[in-house]
Amino acid sequence: MSGGFIVVLFLGILVTLFANSVPSIRQSGIFFFAAKTWDTASGTFGALPFLAGTLITSFLALLISIPFSIAISLFLGEYYREGPISAFLRSSVEILAGIPSVIYGLWGLFLLMPVIRFVETKIGVAPQGVGILTSSLILAVMIIPFSASIGREVITLVPGDLKEAAYSLGATRFEVVKNIVVPYARSGIIAGILLALGRAIGETMAVTMLIGNSNFLPTSIFSPANTMASVIANEFAEATGITAASLIYLALVLFFVTMIVNIVGTYVIQKLSIEASREVT
Amino acid sequence: MENTVLTVKDFSASFGDHKILHKINLRVEKNIVAALMGPSGCGKTTLIRCVNRMHELIPGATISGKMYLLDEDIYAMQPIILRRKIGMVFQKPNPFPTMSIYENVVAGYKLNGIRMPRSEMDGIVERSLRDAALWDEVKNNLHRKGTFLSGGQQQRLCIARALAMNPEMILFDEPTSALDPKSTAQIEELFVELKKTVTMLLVTHNIAQAARVSDVTAFIYLGELIEFGPTEKMFTVPKDKRTEEYLTGKFG
Amino acid sequence: MNDNLRSRLLKDILFKGIIGFFAFISLLPLFLILYYITKNGIAVINWDFLTSLPRPIGETGGGVFNAIIGTLMLIVLSGALSIPCGILAGIYLAENSTGKLGNSIRLCVIVLQGTPSIVIGIIAYLWIVIPLKGFSAFSGGVALAIMMLPVIIKTTEETLKLVPYHLKEASLALGVPYYRTMLKVILPSGMSGILTGILLSVARITGETAPLLFTAFGNQFMNVNIFKPIDSLPYRIFYYAMSPYPEWHSFAWGASFILVVLTLSLNLVSRGISAKWKTRF
Repeated sequence: MSGGFIVVLFLGILVTLFANSVPSIRQSGIFFFAAKTWDTASGTFGALPFLAGTLITSFLALLISIPFSIAISLFLGEYYREGPISAFLRSSVEILAGIPSVIYGLWGLFLLMPVIRFVETKIGVAPQGVGILTSSLILAVMIIPFSASIGREVITLVPGDLKEAAYSLGATRFEVVKNIVVPYARSGIIAGILLALGRAIGETMAVTMLIGNSNFLPTSIFSPANTMASVIANEFAEATGITAASLIYLALVLFFVTMIVNIVGTYVIQKLSIEASREVT
Repeated sequence: MENTVLTVKDFSASFGDHKILHKINLRVEKNIVAALMGPSGCGKTTLIRCVNRMHELIPGATISGKMYLLDEDIYAMQPIILRRKIGMVFQKPNPFPTMSIYENVVAGYKLNGIRMPRSEMDGIVERSLRDAALWDEVKNNLHRKGTFLSGGQQQRLCIARALAMNPEMILFDEPTSALDPKSTAQIEELFVELKKTVTMLLVTHNIAQAARVSDVTAFIYLGELIEFGPTEKMFTVPKDKRTEEYLTGKFG
Repeated sequence: MNDNLRSRLLKDILFKGIIGFFAFISLLPLFLILYYITKNGIAVINWDFLTSLPRPIGETGGGVFNAIIGTLMLIVLSGALSIPCGILAGIYLAENSTGKLGNSIRLCVIVLQGTPSIVIGIIAYLWIVIPLKGFSAFSGGVALAIMMLPVIIKTTEETLKLVPYHLKEASLALGVPYYRTMLKVILPSGMSGILTGILLSVARITGETAPLLFTAFGNQFMNVNIFKPIDSLPYRIFYYAMSPYPEWHSFAWGASFILVVLTLSLNLVSRGISAKWKTRF
């Protein structure tokens, strides 16, 4: 009987996919992503600028966030599993994850942007303050909690007796972490990073507020740009006809990309947890 | 005493307020198998974990008293140096799953950052695996990961890993309790050979095993050393009434 | 050998220090954000701010009353839509841990959870706004409901899986029909877990802006009609922040403060519930 509702849910998702394919009308091919002019007026829609914007900001954010999230994962998963320090860090990271995107954007707009603007004047670049660098920085902060908490979980899954064996051979803690813990948890850590990437790709509000809304291909790290998500946010409300369809096409691509990233990441983590629980028996 | 490998003097250990061991005193001589037996929870595992200072890795663990490896004060040494001189084999075989058999044997060297020419390492691997009676079974598969081995083989791999470090002493924490009878017998045979090169401290809750393989036995009950002496004598004419009751199965 | 030892011990301590350093540095943004929100937000908040409507630029004063009411309405709306569906789906999954339908549903839940919020906004636009020929609170509620579903379903499934089988057996053996068993015996014992899931998903969507950009759309005036556009705290923050008027910027901080307080309290309450009311078996 509840099966009925579930089927509806399932169909809903399928319909979602089909509704998104409305823009396939616009599917003047996959060359959509090779063309770099996006001009609503003339009716030409090339999505390369946004693809570039999304990829650059996401990967940059990922790179910036990795040392921090791995540090947190190790700190909470290996060095301080319990106790007040651990609880404090854990709660703080959770709060970090719970802050709404638009507030990150607000803060970035009034506190990070002037800093970047200052740096830009020092370097001699056009001082806009917004752009790829600024949005990547904010994005990095936002995705740290994701990879950190998954990383922490997989690190706690490392069997205690393996670590003990290493200690009994005379290894220091650092050596145990480097040679035993990290290799064992490696795939889980990577999965966590993957999921964080998925989050970064789809993140909208903070990026929209800090990326400068330019539909041109970014030329440097300080250029204003747009990501697939932010151009939709900026233009969809008033878009009609082919413009709207092109934006929906972008949404379709976003959907598929995040779908694949999430499925792979979740699958890897599930596999690790199953293996770990089997070790215990 | 030049013949004594391990000396334990008035040794006590606790987890926070909970006292596990009370003033243990014993001496273990070279090249013998010394068994520690007693009912579950009596502290025998804690005792050997104090010998290689694994006990102190648990937060809240404290000790008092002295332990000496040959003439050195165990608790004055650097733990990571100590643990190279004393090997440990655990209850559940735990070869490192991300390393090959070869790498597992020399894991002690790799983890400690000790480098040596490849030929020397090959020599150590072969010697250790032969001493652990595993060489013939794995010599063609040295670079495969150890997880395909049976339980008994994995445990012998762990023994080889401990042997590779040339320790003075190896601690065994119920090494056969997770194995089938055939593997258990193989490892017990191994003990007889091994004691020619290393001294062995064996924790077991299997009274028959203690009788079979050990030269001396310590009976520990509720954290106290009740009796310690040559195995044959203790098993036939135990001095303490509690020892007798344990041996006849009245408890534990 | 001694040099080797010293350098290894040094590396050990150094590593631990680096880990701790990076872990706590990543908290810096959190404290900066909370500090500035409190500092700038409290300055703006007063009774007037909380209870009046936005004024056009040029006039002084004004508040975010409509946004607060709007957010509350959206919470109720999306909850009403997602909670029954979510719980039922969760029950189904808990009862059928194997099976093709169950696994496909779980897959869909994973995909849904990772879908960017802006894509969901587009879906709601296509499904509701277009047929209804206009922006509405209802469409916003639908979008938010879709976002709440994965969390509710997952927590319901996990909670119910923890309820021991013999409880259900005992009830069925007494001749109680299946649906009553679920309703009166199983669900109540899992109530704390389910409630936690609900509160967490509410906390998540309270701060969401992207799906509302072209569904609920925002409204200068007070509105309680769910078929008309409605304002919300995140939307108002976005709108004010992106405007060129400093006075509106400070309003954005004020609204952010309210939003953060709301989100954090929801998180705290859900944590408190899961700790205090946990049924023990």
